[in-house]
Amino acid sequence: MIRTSVLATLLLIAVSPALPASTLDVKIGYIGTIEKTTTISLLEMPASNAGLAGAQLAVDDNNTTGKFLNQSFALQEIMLNGEDDPAAAVQKLSDAGISLIVADLPADALIKASDAGRERGLVFFNAGATDDRLRQDDCKMNVIHIAPSRAMLADALAQYLVWKHWTRWFLVFGSHEPDKLFADALRRSATRFGARIVQEREFKDTGGARRTDTGLVQIQSQIPLFTQSAPDYDVLVTADESQVFADYMPFRTSQPRPVAGSAGLEPTSWDASFGQWGALQLQSRFTKKFSRWMTAPDMQAWTAVRMIGEAVSRTNSADAKTIASYMRGPDFAVAAFKGDKLTLRDWDLQLRQPILLADGRTVVSVSPQPGFLHQNSELDTLGFDRPDTKCQLK
Amino acid sequence: MRLRFVLGIGLAVLFANSAEAFTAYVSNEKSNTVSKIDTDSWKVTKTIRVGQRPRGIAYTKDQKYVMVACGDDDTIQLIDTHTDAVVGSLPSGPDPEFFTAGPDGKLLYVANENDNTVTIIDVPRRALIGAVQVGVEPEGMVMSPDGKILINTSETTNMAHFIDPVKREVVASVLVDQRPRFAAFTPDGTELWVSAEVGGTVSVIDPVKHVVEHRIEFAIPGMRSDAIQPVGVNITREGKLAFVALGPANHVAVIDIKTHKVLKYLLVGQRVWHMDFTPDQKYLLTTNGLSNDVSVIDVASLKVVNTVQVGELPWGVTISDH
Repeated sequence: MIRTSVLATLLLIAVSPALPASTLDVKIGYIGTIEKTTTISLLEMPASNAGLAGAQLAVDDNNTTGKFLNQSFALQEIMLNGEDDPAAAVQKLSDAGISLIVADLPADALIKASDAGRERGLVFFNAGATDDRLRQDDCKMNVIHIAPSRAMLADALAQYLVWKHWTRWFLVFGSHEPDKLFADALRRSATRFGARIVQEREFKDTGGARRTDTGLVQIQSQIPLFTQSAPDYDVLVTADESQVFADYMPFRTSQPRPVAGSAGLEPTSWDASFGQWGALQLQSRFTKKFSRWMTAPDMQAWTAVRMIGEAVSRTNSADAKTIASYMRGPDFAVAAFKGDKLTLRDWDLQLRQPILLADGRTVVSVSPQPGFLHQNSELDTLGFDRPDTKCQLK
Repeated sequence: MRLRFVLGIGLAVLFANSAEAFTAYVSNEKSNTVSKIDTDSWKVTKTIRVGQRPRGIAYTKDQKYVMVACGDDDTIQLIDTHTDAVVGSLPSGPDPEFFTAGPDGKLLYVANENDNTVTIIDVPRRALIGAVQVGVEPEGMVMSPDGKILINTSETTNMAHFIDPVKREVVASVLVDQRPRFAAFTPDGTELWVSAEVGGTVSVIDPVKHVVEHRIEFAIPGMRSDAIQPVGVNITREGKLAFVALGPANHVAVIDIKTHKVLKYLLVGQRVWHMDFTPDQKYLLTTNGLSNDVSVIDVASLKVVNTVQVGELPWGVTISDH
C-alpha cells in the first residue's frame, strides 16, 4: 500500500527540460564474451558485437528519454576471452562505480560474476544464458533473467506443434551438454502439452568441419540414412544448440517431414524479419546504426538496458537496490514490441515474454498459443510456473 | 434490375429522413487502400488504391482533400474528395504514421516514428518547414482547442510532450504508462487524455500543471487484463462522454468525463484502434483491424448498430463535415 502511494506520487511528477542542472547519471556495465562459434550456415555466424550492439542502442533510446528527465545513461563494456575471469571483470566495473551489469555469459561464468558482485550489492541482468538451472536450483536474488529459459523456448514450440496436431515427434539431439539440456526441455514440454516422442536419436559430433568445399554431396546422402526407419512421425524436432547438424535436416530427411527446434521452425526471443507491434521501428533504428540485422542476443541486451531505463524514469534513482526492488514489484512493466507488457516473475526473477517462432525468413507464429489458458497470465504457460519452481531467492 | 433501383431509392429516402448522410474514409493498412463509406447506406461506395501502409487519415480543413499517411512510402498522399483520385503528396519526412493540423488547417504536424521527430508541413505550399525533436517513436498527435499547445506522445519514451507550436520546442513532458498511442483534449481544454497501449491505462493530465490527475483503468469480466490495450480516444463535443478503443479486447469503453468512471463496454470488431464521430455526433465509427470491418456505434443509445466490411487491417477513419 505504501509502495503504491509512493509510486503514485512519482507518477505525478511532471518533467520539463528546464529542470535544475543536476543530471542523474546512470552507469551500466556490460560483460560479454568474444564468441568464436562455428555455425553450419554462414548467415548464422555471430557478429563480433552480438548482444553488445543491442545494449548500445538501448542506451541511445534511454538517453533520448533521459534528456526530458535530466537523466543520462552510459555503458561500459568488458569483453571476455575464453580464460578471462568474470569475477575480475565485475571487480573492475564495480571499482568504476557501476552496480547494474548486463551479462551475456554462459551459466557458470554468470554464477561466478554474480557471486563476485553480491557483497557489493551489484544487480545482474542475464541477457544470454538460457539454462533452466539458473531459474531453478541456482537462482539468485541479484540475477534478473531477460533471456528466455530453455523451458520457455521448448514450451513455446510445443504449444504450436500441438496446436497444429503435430504431436508425434522424432527427437534428434546433439552430443554436447547444451544440446542435451535443450532435449531435456523438449521432453518436458512434450509431456506437459500432450505430444509424444516416438523416436529419439543422438547425432554425435565427430569433430568434423562444418563446411567443406564439396561437403554437400555427402550430407545429401548421409541425412536420409540417419533419419530412416523411424516409426511414423509428424515432425522432426532437433536439439542442437552447438550447431553441428540441425541445419542439415530440412529437405534431407528420409521421409518428407517438417523440421523444428534448432533448425526449421525455431523458438526465439527475436528475429530480424519481425515487424509487428511497432517492432519495425526498432529494427530500422538497429540496422541504421549497426548495418546488420538485429538478433536474439541483441534484443535481450536491448530489453535489459531498456528495463533499467524504464525503472530509472519511474523511480528517478540510479541506485541498484531501488531499481531492482521496483522491478520485482507489482508496478513494473516494460514494452518490448511483443504485443504484451513484459513483467518479472517474482518467484525466479524471469522476464515473462511471448516467444517468436521463426523459420529463418518470417515469423510463423507467436506463443503462447490460443487455448493454452492460465489463471493469472497466459505468459506463465511458458517455462516454470509458480507451482513448478525450485527457486529459493537468496 | 429496376426493382433493385427502386428499392435503392426507397431505402435512401428512408435513411435520409433519419440521418444526414456523410462520407467516411477508412485507411486499410495491409490492403494499401482507402475505403469510402456512405453513412446513409452504410456501404463501401469506392475503394481507392493509395501508397504503401496507409495509417493516419484526416480531411483537410477545407474538406477538399483527405490526407493519408503512407508510412512505407515516406509520404502523405492527398485524395481529391470530388474525384477520389490521389492527386498529390506532402513531404512528410520518413515513416509518417499520425498527424494533426493547426487551427487554421494550414500547418500539419506529423509524427515520424523512425526519426524521433515531429515534422511541420505547410499544406498549401506542400513544403516541409520545420521539425521538433521528441522522444523515441513519436505517435499520438493533437492540438489544444485554443491552438496554443501541440501534444505528441512517444511510445518507447512513455511521455506526452507539450510543444509550443510557435517556438517549435518541447516546453514540458509528462510520464505516462507504457507505449502511449493517442492523445485527446476535452473540448474545454482542461483535460488531456493519453492512452497507454501496453500499460493498459488512460492518463488524464492537467495541461496547465503538467501532472497526471487520474489514471483510468479497465476491467472486462472474463478478459485477461493483458488483452486490454487502449488506443483511440474520442470525446463528444459537449464534453460529456469519452470513448476509448481497447484494441485486442474487442471493446470500446464509454467513460463519464466528470467522474472518470467507465459506464459501459461495447463489443465491436476485433482489435479496435481508431474512431471518428459523424459531425452530428449521432454515430461513432471504429476501425477493427483483425476483423477487417468498421463498427457503427449509436452514441445516444450506446449500442453497436451496424458493421461495414472494409479492406484488410483497417487502421484509421475520418468523416466529412457535411
